[in-house]
Amino acid sequence: MSDSLIALEHPTELQHHFADMEQQKSTSTFGMWLFLGTEIMFFGGMFAAYLIYRRWYYNEFALGSRSINIWLGTINTMVLICSSLTVALGVRAAQMGKRKLLVTLLLITMVFGVAFLGIKGVEWYQKYEEHHVPGSSFNASDLVSVGQKYGVHINQAHSQIYFSLYFALTGLHALHMVVGLGIFTVLTYFAWKGKYTPEYHTPIEIGGLYWHFVDIVWIYLFPLLYLIDRKPFH
Amino acid sequence: MAEHEHILSARLYVIIWAVLMCLTVITAGVAFIDLGPFNTVVALVIATFKALLVVLIFMHVKYTSDRLTKTVILSALFWLMLLLGLSLMDYGTRHFV
Repeated sequence: MSDSLIALEHPTELQHHFADMEQQKSTSTFGMWLFLGTEIMFFGGMFAAYLIYRRWYYNEFALGSRSINIWLGTINTMVLICSSLTVALGVRAAQMGKRKLLVTLLLITMVFGVAFLGIKGVEWYQKYEEHHVPGSSFNASDLVSVGQKYGVHINQAHSQIYFSLYFALTGLHALHMVVGLGIFTVLTYFAWKGKYTPEYHTPIEIGGLYWHFVDIVWIYLFPLLYLIDRKPFH
Repeated sequence: MAEHEHILSARLYVIIWAVLMCLTVITAGVAFIDLGPFNTVVALVIATFKALLVVLIFMHVKYTSDRLTKTVILSALFWLMLLLGLSLMDYGTRHFV
């Protein structure tokens, strides 16, 4: 077989510095996992701050946690799990070369993503109305009186730290959702154009890895922010 | 090559989704029951089980033969454990001094 014939048979998606499609794919996958590794540490620092402050200011954190809406949090967890299912099915559709199914599943995923952000917005607006947004208008006197009912002293400055971490963690997570929606918009466009085949669909796979990762971050944020201090107060 | 790629059944994905949804309802319900310090333990064990299902099945880690991927995941978790473990060890033992 002559060199020119090999060049003709060379898949168009294969970049020249890779030996074959498999090597190119495992390199891309490795790169995405490496990025997700840095993301684990990025969120990890915030989780560490949350855990340390929760130890210090347990009463403020417990009452702060009980003031956020557990139902909206639970529904949002379910919305994200549904979106992870549609992503997983979308990757499967790409593996099988089903273009229309892939586009449909990517669009449904984005609808779930937007729904998540909408519900998050409602939740944030509730906090805004309750003056629980850290800043000059912050006022946790409602939590102070709840604390009096249970006989615990609530320091509003410490409550503000809980809500700062709440907004930083959920805000950072929401930012990742927005980035994910951007990635999925591009993926949907190219999927619609028929760019992804059973031989080449690496962008769908690693875009899916990113989406699942953001889902996993929420799987941990949900219990830490909403659940673990919900039990009857001591 | 692509033809050796393992395509999982849609049924498996739906089963995993159903398990994740049930665990979400269970963990939200358990939050209202007073288990003392075990509320945190139960919530985090359920969260870890859910995360494992997502990583192993949805993210295909169970089916990958790529050792490099597994090395990255395990080392990322190791560094996270160092960050959380050593930080909490410090702050958790200061009152002994």
